[in-house]
Amino acid sequence: MDLEPVIGLEVHAQLLTASKIFCGCSTQFGAPPNHHTCPICLGMPGVLPVLNRQVVEYALKMALATNCEINRKNYFARKNYFYPDLPKGYQISQYAVPLAEHGYVEIETENGKKKIGITRIHMEEDAGKLVHDEANPVSYVDFNRTGVPLIEIVSEPDIRSAEEAVQYLKALRDILVYLEICDGNMEEGSFRCDANISLRPRGRSEFGTRTELKNMNSFRHVQRALEYEIKRQMFIIESGGEVVQETRLWDESQGVTYAMRGKEEAHDYRYFPDPDLVSVLIEDDWIEEVRRSLPELPAAKKQRFMDEYGLSSYDAGVLTSEKALAEYFEACVRKCGQPKTAANWIMGDLLKLINEDKGTIKDCLVFPEYLAEIINLIHEGTISGKIGKEILEEVYGTGQAPRVIVEKKGLVQITDTRAIAEVVDKVLTQYPDQVAQYRAGKEKVFGFFVGQVMKETQGKANPKLVNDLLKEKLAN
Amino acid sequence: MELFELTIHELSQYLKAREISATEILNAVFHRIEEVEGKVHAYISLMKETAYEQAKEADRRLARGEATDITGIPIALKDICCTKGFPTTCGSRILQNFIPPYDATVVEKLQSAGAVFVGKTNMDEFAMGSSTETSYFGITTNPWDTERTPGGSSGGSAAAVAAHECIAAIGSDTGGSIRQPAALCGVVGMKPTYGRVSRFGLIAFASSLDQIGPITKDVEDCAILMNHIAGYDPRESTSVPEPVPNYRDFLQGGIKGWRIGVPREYFIEGIDREVEDVVRQAISTLEQAGAHIEDISLPHTPYCVATYYIIAPAEASSNLARYDGVKYGYRSPDGRDLMEMYKRTRSQGFGDEVKRRIIIGTYVLSAGYYEAYYKKASQVRALIRRDFDLAFERCDVILTPTTPTAAFRLGEKREDPIQMYLSDIFTISANLAGIPGISVPGGYTKEGLPVGIQFLGNHFQEGKLLKVASVFEKTAKIEKRRPLL
Repeated sequence: MDLEPVIGLEVHAQLLTASKIFCGCSTQFGAPPNHHTCPICLGMPGVLPVLNRQVVEYALKMALATNCEINRKNYFARKNYFYPDLPKGYQISQYAVPLAEHGYVEIETENGKKKIGITRIHMEEDAGKLVHDEANPVSYVDFNRTGVPLIEIVSEPDIRSAEEAVQYLKALRDILVYLEICDGNMEEGSFRCDANISLRPRGRSEFGTRTELKNMNSFRHVQRALEYEIKRQMFIIESGGEVVQETRLWDESQGVTYAMRGKEEAHDYRYFPDPDLVSVLIEDDWIEEVRRSLPELPAAKKQRFMDEYGLSSYDAGVLTSEKALAEYFEACVRKCGQPKTAANWIMGDLLKLINEDKGTIKDCLVFPEYLAEIINLIHEGTISGKIGKEILEEVYGTGQAPRVIVEKKGLVQITDTRAIAEVVDKVLTQYPDQVAQYRAGKEKVFGFFVGQVMKETQGKANPKLVNDLLKEKLAN
Repeated sequence: MELFELTIHELSQYLKAREISATEILNAVFHRIEEVEGKVHAYISLMKETAYEQAKEADRRLARGEATDITGIPIALKDICCTKGFPTTCGSRILQNFIPPYDATVVEKLQSAGAVFVGKTNMDEFAMGSSTETSYFGITTNPWDTERTPGGSSGGSAAAVAAHECIAAIGSDTGGSIRQPAALCGVVGMKPTYGRVSRFGLIAFASSLDQIGPITKDVEDCAILMNHIAGYDPRESTSVPEPVPNYRDFLQGGIKGWRIGVPREYFIEGIDREVEDVVRQAISTLEQAGAHIEDISLPHTPYCVATYYIIAPAEASSNLARYDGVKYGYRSPDGRDLMEMYKRTRSQGFGDEVKRRIIIGTYVLSAGYYEAYYKKASQVRALIRRDFDLAFERCDVILTPTTPTAAFRLGEKREDPIQMYLSDIFTISANLAGIPGISVPGGYTKEGLPVGIQFLGNHFQEGKLLKVASVFEKTAKIEKRRPLL
């Protein structure tokens, strides 16, 4: 049977507002348990929520960046369920009328570009965290995260493979990070993903029975979990069984998904409009203001890098994968005017240094104008490419300007023809046998002479001049 | 006259003239409490220690000449209003030991105006009831006949005012919980417009219906307390930034030419004959004062109780989910796992009426029932609101009985929830429509039980209600009687 996977993703992104969605508490990660709490986020009797305007603005940014339609009047609903990390016994979320609907993002697949539909984007509050005492049968609740703003981004079931799912997730994450509204950190849980997946015979429009996958904390987990689940469901269907609708958890260490125990599936959340909050009214002016404030988004930037700088799709993709990297590239190009060279330096030597160091482009001491300077020094022949790499490392470690290092270390390339000619003469005198061999037609020996000259000059001789002079003198 | 028998406006004059001190008034009130509290049981807890500190502070403030018209006035708070550092139980075992780390906005406002808090008054558990019999802390009796109910859920506040165990009180009204006990206890009670008085720190029963208001000895005191508690609160999203007039200004002038609507649907079978007589008498009193009486129709009135008993429990089922034993309040000691802890805590912590409403509310919000119940009720609610919108195009205010009967006997309706729910039949509509209402004493039954007259006004027309109530109070000249305790 030719079975086709049908995948839809639900993504939760924590918004980078300074305070929580319905109270003034800080959203900062890593504080001691229950330090960022107040009667409101603790759900004490009689307290009331007041919506943080910044949350709406951030959510609006994402909605516009993903081509959604905005519901000018949308409202919050209560999602009712009992759990100790949910202090009110309900989560304030959006249900019947969310902030935004009917959007899409574009991903690149083997068969070209593909649109993945976005069903809805809504705002909600995060829950707290349970901390289980390993030694005793005791659990504690940390409410620091309670009330941290989230947006939930629900995709259409448009995804057809694990690769597409990861592409889509990366596209969403890149947009969120570009917008500076989410740090996109999957490991820390500020960017979380659940997947709905089912299989159906290719060409059929009805959906098969789906499972929901949870507990995937990296792109790799998502990829592996979906691949596993596709195989699992395929095996069940092909052996004549039926897929059970259930929630399954990904176990990274075992490389399997397993059914979650408990009554998870029996939930009736009894959504109803939250009477403590008024409708969120979004005026056209606000939408336009936010739209104008949107930065160039990753896909558009990539296209521009290809068009404007003549970069390959791959290079443009790497350079625009992070906003800071793209900015670095453009700043460097402004100073050196050599986009391809700059791209090669950044993607090659510079990122290698940064990655080895687990650093970031933002904290890197090789400022874009320094890299541009190195590129210019090579271009004008002051230093060789090899020396350029050494200088890059030096700048990376010390933050000193390349020109300063070049001068201090005397690394200026020897471009004085007379000086190089002297060394060439010396080498040819030193190795008469090899000269004879060359002249007898063994041209391979030429490289040996170049090497010797470079050695004598500690690599500072301009390679082109060395070549020219050697040829000239050997010909005589 | 004893000090405790006086009104806010009377005492305030004596205080400002330095003829008496706040401490003396408080002494008198606590003396009165000692005398009659055993029979009335209006309070869950007394705030004696802090009250005397507040009284002393009030006296210093009076001496400095910085007093307001409630500085030094002993006021009782329904135990649904959070008081920082002082137990707030909402009449429930589940909050028996709960001490809020914050004050309700209303408490903050009264405190900063110099009020003295006598104590926290008894109430139906989570304000669910019409007789103050569902309180975990015992029943409150009606000072006019201690065999009878003071009404509810703000029965403690109304009884405390009627029995002179405070000068005035704060109550809350979700379906009549201020107006009904005020009527049954022969005092004045106002439910303001939804959004007029902050709900912050008011323990929620049904968020879209709850409203805090005053219970006082006369209409002027009602206006005085409204001046202090009304106003926009940025801590509440449903609070309305509408300017607050000086409500005392409405106590002057007449109602000549006013159109007063009398909705025919409020004179139903089941209304007590004596209550109807009092209302008819009130109508002619107002006519004498120059008002035109208009026969009006509020056609969706028959659906009010049913609509209310879907919406209020639905919201309550969600609002009360937070009492789970995890964070504060009562936790059953013998749950072996999480689910058992939840079940036992809530089974033992809540009383029957609260459980009944949680179950009803959970049911009407459930998948498959939401459309037929909650959603339908919300639609009917809109129609009820529209009834009033149309009526107020023709009328200045609407007059109705506050309750179908005078105070009923304790225990009489305890086992019959439907009969109990029907005692709020005339008050529920104001909460559903979000409009203000006031109950004022209209007379007595032959047995000497007070009967209340209710006036309803359009949104933010509390001033009009105070005016008509004040004219009625002055014109009707209802004989001042004292409950014999």
